[in-house]
Amino acid sequence: MRDRLQEWVPRIVLAPSFVAILIFVYGFILYTGWLSMTNSRMLPNNDFVGLANYTKLFGLKHWSIALTNLAIFGTLYIVICSCLGLFLAILLDQQIRSEGFIRTVYLYPMAISFIVTGVAWKWFLDPGIGLENTMHQWGWESFQFNWIKDREMAIYTIVIAAVWQSSGYVMAMFLAGLRGVDNEIIKAAQVDGASGVLIYRRIIIPMMRPVFLSAFVVLTHLAIKSYDLVVAMTGGGPGRATEVPATFMYSYTFTRNQMGVGASSAIIMLIMVFSIVVPYLYSEIRHGEKNK
Amino acid sequence: MSIPSQDNAINAGSLTRILIYTLLIFFVIYYLLPLWVMVSNSLKTLDEIRGGDMLAPPKDITFEPWRQAWSQTQIGVEATGLKPYFFNSIIMVVPAVFLSTFLGALNGYVMTKWEFPGVNLIFGLMLLACFIPFQIVLIPMARILGMLGLAGTLGGLIMVHTVYGLGFTTLFFRNYYAAFPTELVRAAQIDGASFFQVFWRILIPSSGPIIVVTIIWQFTNVWNDFLFGASFSSYDSTPITVALNNLVNSSTGVKEYNVHFAGAILTALPTLIVYIVSGRYFVRGLMAGAVKG
Amino acid sequence: MERKLALKATASALVLGLAASAATAAEVEVLHWWTAGGEAAALNVLKEDLESKGVTWKDMPVAGGSGVEAMTVLRARVTSGNPPTAVQMLGFDIKDWAAEGFLGDLSDVAAAEDWDSVVPPALQEFSKWDGKWIAAPVNVHSTNWMWINKDALDAAGGKAPETWEELIAVLDAMKANGITPLAHGGQAWQDGTVFDSVVLGLGDDFYKSAIIDQDPEALGGEQMVEAFKRMEVLRGYFDENFSGRDWNLASAMVINGEAGMQAMGDWAKGEFVKANQVPGEDFVCIRFPGTQGSVLFNSDQFAMFDVAEEQVEAQKMMASAVMNPDFQVAFNLVKGSVPARTDIADTEFDACGKKGMADLAEAAANGTLQGSMAHGHGASSNIKSAIFDVVTAHLNGEYGAEEAAEELAAAVEAAK
Repeated sequence: MRDRLQEWVPRIVLAPSFVAILIFVYGFILYTGWLSMTNSRMLPNNDFVGLANYTKLFGLKHWSIALTNLAIFGTLYIVICSCLGLFLAILLDQQIRSEGFIRTVYLYPMAISFIVTGVAWKWFLDPGIGLENTMHQWGWESFQFNWIKDREMAIYTIVIAAVWQSSGYVMAMFLAGLRGVDNEIIKAAQVDGASGVLIYRRIIIPMMRPVFLSAFVVLTHLAIKSYDLVVAMTGGGPGRATEVPATFMYSYTFTRNQMGVGASSAIIMLIMVFSIVVPYLYSEIRHGEKNK
Repeated sequence: MSIPSQDNAINAGSLTRILIYTLLIFFVIYYLLPLWVMVSNSLKTLDEIRGGDMLAPPKDITFEPWRQAWSQTQIGVEATGLKPYFFNSIIMVVPAVFLSTFLGALNGYVMTKWEFPGVNLIFGLMLLACFIPFQIVLIPMARILGMLGLAGTLGGLIMVHTVYGLGFTTLFFRNYYAAFPTELVRAAQIDGASFFQVFWRILIPSSGPIIVVTIIWQFTNVWNDFLFGASFSSYDSTPITVALNNLVNSSTGVKEYNVHFAGAILTALPTLIVYIVSGRYFVRGLMAGAVKG
Repeated sequence: MERKLALKATASALVLGLAASAATAAEVEVLHWWTAGGEAAALNVLKEDLESKGVTWKDMPVAGGSGVEAMTVLRARVTSGNPPTAVQMLGFDIKDWAAEGFLGDLSDVAAAEDWDSVVPPALQEFSKWDGKWIAAPVNVHSTNWMWINKDALDAAGGKAPETWEELIAVLDAMKANGITPLAHGGQAWQDGTVFDSVVLGLGDDFYKSAIIDQDPEALGGEQMVEAFKRMEVLRGYFDENFSGRDWNLASAMVINGEAGMQAMGDWAKGEFVKANQVPGEDFVCIRFPGTQGSVLFNSDQFAMFDVAEEQVEAQKMMASAVMNPDFQVAFNLVKGSVPARTDIADTEFDACGKKGMADLAEAAANGTLQGSMAHGHGASSNIKSAIFDVVTAHLNGEYGAEEAAEELAAAVEAAK
């Protein structure tokens, strides 16, 4: 009797979480999928229109701007964050004095919401009051930095602020990875006369593969969901030059009264996220099974 | 558990070390710059801000903006400052973080030590849930909160944050407990310990680092949330991020930048403190579980 | 200070206690985006008025330009079956919510206080649905204003421009004097505000057919090309950093003489007044050149939701308080707008306010009072956003004038 009970306890314990996720995540995704096939406008309705919203979505110039921006932003953001994170972690792993302080400084931006820091960044990048103005006041008259006002360059200012926010977190992940590397391997390589740079390139960095993967997943998810960042800094402007899928979806769903189109863009976003994350998760879980 | 010795260090000349320190300090400045802009301008008078150099330190330090932001400034029709909203946030964050961490720990424990068929599929589904864009859940969630009678209550907000935190907390604990020796658990079972006895007496006492990571992560996310806070709160449960937004993004009126910056720092203070106080456990905790994937 | 507050609190608690025992506990929950500074303080007048009558005010402020965030919150609230009592709302949003059947009925209050005869018909268009009053208008803003720095104007000839050609002459003179002629903030709604005035400058009929009726031929036609060309001309008078600037910073540029003028709604006056500027002496308010005699308006209204039976009483008290002449004066003095009732004396208003009230009455009488597209009174929000997209993209150099007119017709068609 007791054994039977013991057998069921784990399932009962897991059940509430599982049911909650099933309803609040997957149920809602299905619901959004349904909405994307209705002509819902201000509020949800049930007038089925098939794939019309998707056709409309991909006919919108707005959406293609948003996708292009996501491609530019996502690529730069993920690459720069990973490289910078690894680079800083390696620097910080050199028996640095006051490492704790520096690490905290690198890490803190992750703690603050962009509603808070957005104002500061907007100021800083504004040519009239920010860096450009300051440099002029300091005597460097020809200094120019007006990217945030420039249709072609504005998306890169978003990258700068986004990298600022999350590279420290990636650094911490890599630092944890580096601290986990077996010292014996390095000692052996040093005995063989390998230089420091070579050890990093050939031995340590390849061992960071799982960290790269984790960082990649975290960053991808942050990139696709990036919303407050854009809203706080440019509101999608100049013009619509920094529109991204997350802001697109929000504005079509809630301010433009085209909930159906908004829902279809949400489904496309989900497909993008899942197509990146699912293979990773699958391989990780399989990998874990084999190691047992 | 301490941070292992740092023998990976390159044995290099002093020139290299100077270069390393220069680079590190350069990035310290890069990361601190926005905070500096906020702090220094929150201590200036409005006239000095209008006239001056954004990066310059304040000439006459004034704490008036801080006092204003905390207890006097107009937020909506009430001139209460951010104070009441600060406490709303605390009341919301503490249970939400506790519940999601606790459930995450239980889930991780079941998934690693009491496996049953399909448990990996459940884990995969829970993990994928981390990646859902929150904007899409607003409308259906509102309906469900309404049906449960939780619309516009702190209880509703706590529930929402707990549910959408589960994916990450479960991930953290599962990975941590995967490395925990299963033999210990089996031995305890043979001695007659029950499911919960093993959890409380064996797993929890050795979960320090991962609890810290989870709490930092959840605390930051819940505290900083704006979307849920704005949509599911009511006049007496509005969290501080929504109040800050009301202060900073009001469409009209004179922009009191110094008060805005002071308010912004006040809003960020709890998460900053959490990071500073427990930051050193963070890397340790990451080592122990979160990065292994 | 503290003690005063405490006293006040006890006093209102007493009043409340009495009221509660007299009637049922009355309360109103109000969702709005007047979250800071003077306008929030002005709303407090309403709150205190209601509390003196025993109605508790539960405040739900959600900030964000023209209520974007507030409308999202409203959707969540309504979906959860827990709508606020009253919601600050603009133009077509009110109609949309009424069409979904979520709004209440104020007809008996309106009949008792005869709102039909004191509120201009153009406003009633948005306050009534199906013959029933559903919202109480707080104010009337007008968007086709131009705010000019007096010294800069004197240096540029001294005569306020009345036509497009005169406007260009003054702008050129200001440019020659070495200031930024036109202060502007590059945000979609600000671009749209200027666009509204430019289109109206080409004729009331053109505005009506293009913006209100959304006639494809007007939207893509010759005159629209001309409107976009004028936008290009105006853009030539902006400074380099206009993109993303808040409107009040643009006003500040005019106030401190860095810029000559700004095309902006009457809420800009508040900025001037707060900087101790006197209308007529330090700054000049004129209608956007070429739009004299016409008024583009937008009106903040409190839309009343269909709430539970026991709250209806308080809701009606609030509607009545909003329409109270004293509140309308007190609030609009702060806000820069004019009262939504036309039967109020203009004695307490300044020169610009008086002009605004006179213009409103004249335009209402002549049929030249039209809703502002940029502020949700000319077209529903999906059409408005579609127009914004094109106007902003064109102003930032994505399209030429001809192409923009074509895109405009196409975008409006797609959004319908």
